Amino acid sequence: MIASNVLMFYLFSAVILVFSALTIFTRKILRAAVFLLFTLVATSGLYFLLNYQFMAGVQLAVYAGGIVVLIIFSILLTHQIGHKFKKQQVLGIIPAVIISAIGLITAVGTFWNYPFRANGHPAANVDMTMIGNELLGTGHNGYVLPFEVISILLLAAMVGAIVIAKKSDDKDEEKAK
Amino acid sequence: MIEGIPLTHFLIVSTVMFFMGVLGFFIRKNLITILMSIELILNSVNINFLAFNRYLFPDQLQGHFFALIVVGIAAAEASVAIAIIINIYRRFGGIEAEQVSELKN
Repeated sequence: MIASNVLMFYLFSAVILVFSALTIFTRKILRAAVFLLFTLVATSGLYFLLNYQFMAGVQLAVYAGGIVVLIIFSILLTHQIGHKFKKQQVLGIIPAVIISAIGLITAVGTFWNYPFRANGHPAANVDMTMIGNELLGTGHNGYVLPFEVISILLLAAMVGAIVIAKKSDDKDEEKAK
Repeated sequence: MIEGIPLTHFLIVSTVMFFMGVLGFFIRKNLITILMSIELILNSVNINFLAFNRYLFPDQLQGHFFALIVVGIAAAEASVAIAIIINIYRRFGGIEAEQVSELKN
């Protein structure tokens, strides 16, 4: 009798592998975005299995809810619906497949027999209190500095995205001429 | 940790996902699909961080916070990249990577 969480792990893994392959091989770009969404949702399922509920929620909200919607919007802004790519030439992708396969085999061969040793401490109960105390803590195991740095990075990215994507004024273009 | 699943299986899943992203980065010519491949790569690394955290150091949260920061950086990167893609679309009328080669000429 297989335990249900083992079954769910292999189900999520199969979904991740199949849909990440479909994401890069499909010829319709909107479908690629939807397959990417399935991959990200299955990944958040893996986080739930690992008992990191907060991280799984962040994954669903930021990746599945934010980034995929952003990608779909940009597809709608820049493509005709139902746009199909040209068929991939099989000969053209063979070198890329070989390089990726070599990388995959090297990585798997490296960790396949590696004796991972746990540190043997009892598992902490990862609840919101622990996450909040450590994320905003300044002492040992405190992460307030990366937290502040990432908030400044997000602000800079937001300002930069607005400046880059806004329409340039016509006056400037006439001056340039 | 999940009973009955070795850490290696998590690593295999994330490694295959990583190299799917690398392969997509090589074979796709459209800027948005290249961006999707980058998201696959970043996401596969997050699986590794969380699995290591849960299996090897279950009393600490380092991997958890590292994955959280990677998600934040991925969001920032995606928003800037899409702003650039929209700007490229206005200027060149398309977002195939081969169209955007003005600096070469």
